[in-house]
Amino acid sequence: MDNDKIDKIIDKYPSDPSSLIQILLDIQHEHRWLPDETLKRVSEKLNVPLSRIQHIITFYKAFSVVPKGRHEIHVCTGTACHVRGAPRLLSAIQDLTGIKPGETDQDLKFSLETVNCVGCCALGPVMVVDEEYHGNMAPAESEEVLRKYE
Amino acid sequence: MPRINSPAELEELRKGILSKRDPKKPCIAVCTGTGCLALGAARVVAAFKEEFKKKALGTKVDLVNIRETGCPGFCERGPLVVIYPEEICYLRVKPADAEEIVSQTVLAKKIIDRLLYVDPLTGEKSVHESEIPFYKNQMRHLIGNNIKIDPKSIDDYLAVGGYSALAKALGQMTPEHVVELVKDSNLRGRGGAGFPAGKKWEFARKSPGNPKYVVVNADEGDPGAFMDRAVLEGNPFSVLEGLTIGAYAIGSHEGYFYVRQEYPLAVENVTLAIQQAEEYGFLGKNILGSGFDFTVRVHRGAGAFVCGEETSLLMSLEGKPGEPRARPPYPAVKGLREKPTNINNVETWANVPLIVNNGAEFLTSIGTKGSKGTKIFSLVGKVNNTGLVEVPMGITLRDIIYKVGGGIPGGKRFKAVQSGGPSGGCIPEQYLDIKVDFDELKKVGAIMGSGGMIVMDEDTCMVDVARYFLNFLTGESCGKCSPCREGIRQMLKILTRICEGKGEEGDIELLEELGETTRDASLCALGGTAPNPVLNTIRYFRDEYEAHIKEKRCPAFVCKHLIAYHIDPGKCQACMTCLRKCPAQAITGGKKQIHVIDQDKCTKCGTCFEVCPSKFDAVERLSGVPVPPPVPEDARRIVRESKGKKR
Repeated sequence: MDNDKIDKIIDKYPSDPSSLIQILLDIQHEHRWLPDETLKRVSEKLNVPLSRIQHIITFYKAFSVVPKGRHEIHVCTGTACHVRGAPRLLSAIQDLTGIKPGETDQDLKFSLETVNCVGCCALGPVMVVDEEYHGNMAPAESEEVLRKYE
Repeated sequence: MPRINSPAELEELRKGILSKRDPKKPCIAVCTGTGCLALGAARVVAAFKEEFKKKALGTKVDLVNIRETGCPGFCERGPLVVIYPEEICYLRVKPADAEEIVSQTVLAKKIIDRLLYVDPLTGEKSVHESEIPFYKNQMRHLIGNNIKIDPKSIDDYLAVGGYSALAKALGQMTPEHVVELVKDSNLRGRGGAGFPAGKKWEFARKSPGNPKYVVVNADEGDPGAFMDRAVLEGNPFSVLEGLTIGAYAIGSHEGYFYVRQEYPLAVENVTLAIQQAEEYGFLGKNILGSGFDFTVRVHRGAGAFVCGEETSLLMSLEGKPGEPRARPPYPAVKGLREKPTNINNVETWANVPLIVNNGAEFLTSIGTKGSKGTKIFSLVGKVNNTGLVEVPMGITLRDIIYKVGGGIPGGKRFKAVQSGGPSGGCIPEQYLDIKVDFDELKKVGAIMGSGGMIVMDEDTCMVDVARYFLNFLTGESCGKCSPCREGIRQMLKILTRICEGKGEEGDIELLEELGETTRDASLCALGGTAPNPVLNTIRYFRDEYEAHIKEKRCPAFVCKHLIAYHIDPGKCQACMTCLRKCPAQAITGGKKQIHVIDQDKCTKCGTCFEVCPSKFDAVERLSGVPVPPPVPEDARRIVRESKGKKR
C-alpha cells in the first residue's frame, strides 16, 4: 500500500489519536492486512508511538498482521450455530483446507476464521465465504461449496 | 432538502411528504435485512425491478413502488415480501415468483396461495402478517415500523410520525422535564443490567463538567443475538431521535454511535441517517429553532467483546485498547475524556421517542411491577420460528417458545433455554412458566441480558454448552485482571477435560469454587458474570456432569471423545449411502455386504448418522458403552430371498 493511499485514509478523520482505530480499520478493509511500513506511516502522521499501534492491532480481532488468502472463509460459531452443529462444520472445513482458524494456506487461496455471530441465526450453521452467505451447511456439503473457489 | 427551523415547519414538511403519497398505491416491501439478504433478497428485488420494466410499468412509473426495508423478524421464512395496500404477506419468495406476484397480486389483486404462511399444526393459511401466530402473539412497538419504512429514507420515517417526539421535547419541555418523564416511565436499560435509564440521565445531567457526552452502545457482541443490529439496520432514525432527545435532557452537544464493524449494513444505515438528519437540521446548530446544538459521529468497534462493557467502550472511543477500569467513578461522573458521559443501549434509546410522544403511562401500562414496556429477543436455536420477536415484559417463557416460536422442530424434547448470552444461564423445563422480566430471570440464575434467547433440545449437551461459553470468554477476556484471565482459563481446562472423558471425582466442586472466586474478584462485568454458564448448568444439570465424569457418557451424544457411531448389522441394507458420503473413508462394505465403521478411522463427524435413510435407521450413536465387535466377514453378506449369491 503506497503512502498516498494511506494519507488519503488518514485525512478523512480528525487528526488526533482517537481516530487511530478507525483509520486502521479502513486500511485493513482496503488492503486486508497491515504491513509494517503502513503502520510506520500511520505512526508518523498521527504522532502515535508504534508500540501503542501494536497494542491495538493485537488487542482487536479485526486486524491482521499477516497477508490473507484470496478467499476468506468465516465459520459462524455463535451459540445458535453451535447447537445446530457448527463444530462439526468447522472440523470438516479444517480437514478440507488443511488450515486452522486464524491461518492462511501456503498458496494463499483460503484464510479461515471463526466469527462469534453473523446474525443469521435462522440459517445456522452458517459459513460466509468472501461476502457470500451459505446457510444450513451440512459438513458434507462444504466441500462442494469450497470447490467453486479458485 | 430544506432546512427545518421550527416544529411548525416540521409538520408542514410531514404534510408535504404525506400528500405526495397515495396510500392506495401498490407497494412491494421486501425485507433486505442481513438474514433475508443471505437468503437471496437482493435477487428478489432485482427480479421485481426487471418485472416492472417488462410489464412497461416503467412508462407509468408511479403505478407501483418497491421498498427495501429492514428486518421484520421472521427470518426463518425469508425472504419476506409484503404487498401494500392490502398488506398481503408472502414468505420464502424466490426471484422466479416476481412475475406472478406482479401480474396476479399487484395488478389482478389475486392472492397466490403457495406463498402464504401455512400453520404447521392446523394447515390454515394466513394472508396478512397480523394473522400469523408468530406475529399475532407479539407486541411490536419498536420493530413494527421496520417493514413500513426504507431505512435509507428519512422521509419514510417522517411519514410514520418520526421526529414528532424531538419537536415536542425541544418545543414544549424543559430538559429536567424530559428526565422526569423518563424516570416516571421506569425505563430500564436494555443492554443487560437493567439500570433505570432516567436515574442514569439525572446523574449525568447533575454531574459537574463540560462538555458532556452521550453514547449509543451498539457493540452487540453476544453470540446468537441480533436485536440491535435489526433496529439499527431497519430503523436507525428512531435511535438517533432518542439519542438527540437524551442529549437535550442531559445537556450534551456531542454524541457517538459505537457500532461493531461486523455489522456493515448497520454502520452504513446509521451513517446515512445522520447525514439526512443533518440536512434537515435535526442535527447540527439550533435544532428546530430551539437553540440546542447537537452533533453525532459513528465509531466502529474493531472486534472485541469486552467493549460492550461501558468503561471499555469509552477507552475504545478514545482510540485505545478496550480495557475496562474499576467503577466508581461511573461514566456519568468520569466518562469519555474524563467528562460526564451517558451510555445506553440501542433499544433503550429507541424507547425514548415513544415515551415522549405517548407519555410515561405508555410504558408503565405494559409489563410487570419492576419491568415495564416491551423487550426484543432474538429467538434462535432449536425452535421452529427462528427470528426476532418483540414481546411485553411479563410474558412467560413458554409463550415465547411455543406460541411465538412455534415449538421445537422434529418432535424433539425441550431441554433448556439459554438467556443472556455468555453472562447468562440456562433455564430448564420446570421454570418455563416464569414471567420474563429483569428480576424473575435473575431468581432462576439467568439474566435478561441484551435479549439473546437460545432454545436447546435433547440433542444439546449442557456440559458442552458451558465449555462453549467459557471458550468464547477466554478469547474475549482482555487479560487485565487475573481472576478473570486465569479463572476462566482454568475452568475451561477442567470442562474440556470432562468433555474429553478425562473428568475426575471432585471436578464439579472445583468448578464451583473457581466460579465463585472469579465472580467475586473480577474487575468488570465480563469476569463477574463469566462463571454463570458453568454454575448455572451445574445447578440444573448436575446429572449430565456426573454422567460425563463417572460413566464417561455424554447423554446428548455431543462430546466426540465419549461417543461412537455404529452400524446395526440387523438393520443395515447395504445401500452404500453412508459408505460413499463418509469423508474419512472409515466405512467398509459393498453391495449386499453389511457396512462396518472402522472405529480407528472414524472422525465422528456424524455424516453417516445423518445420511442413513430413515426407513433403515441403521446407524446408531453409542455413549458410555463399548462398541460391539464388527460382524465377522462371513456373516456380512445380505441374502435377499432367491437372489442370494455369494460374492
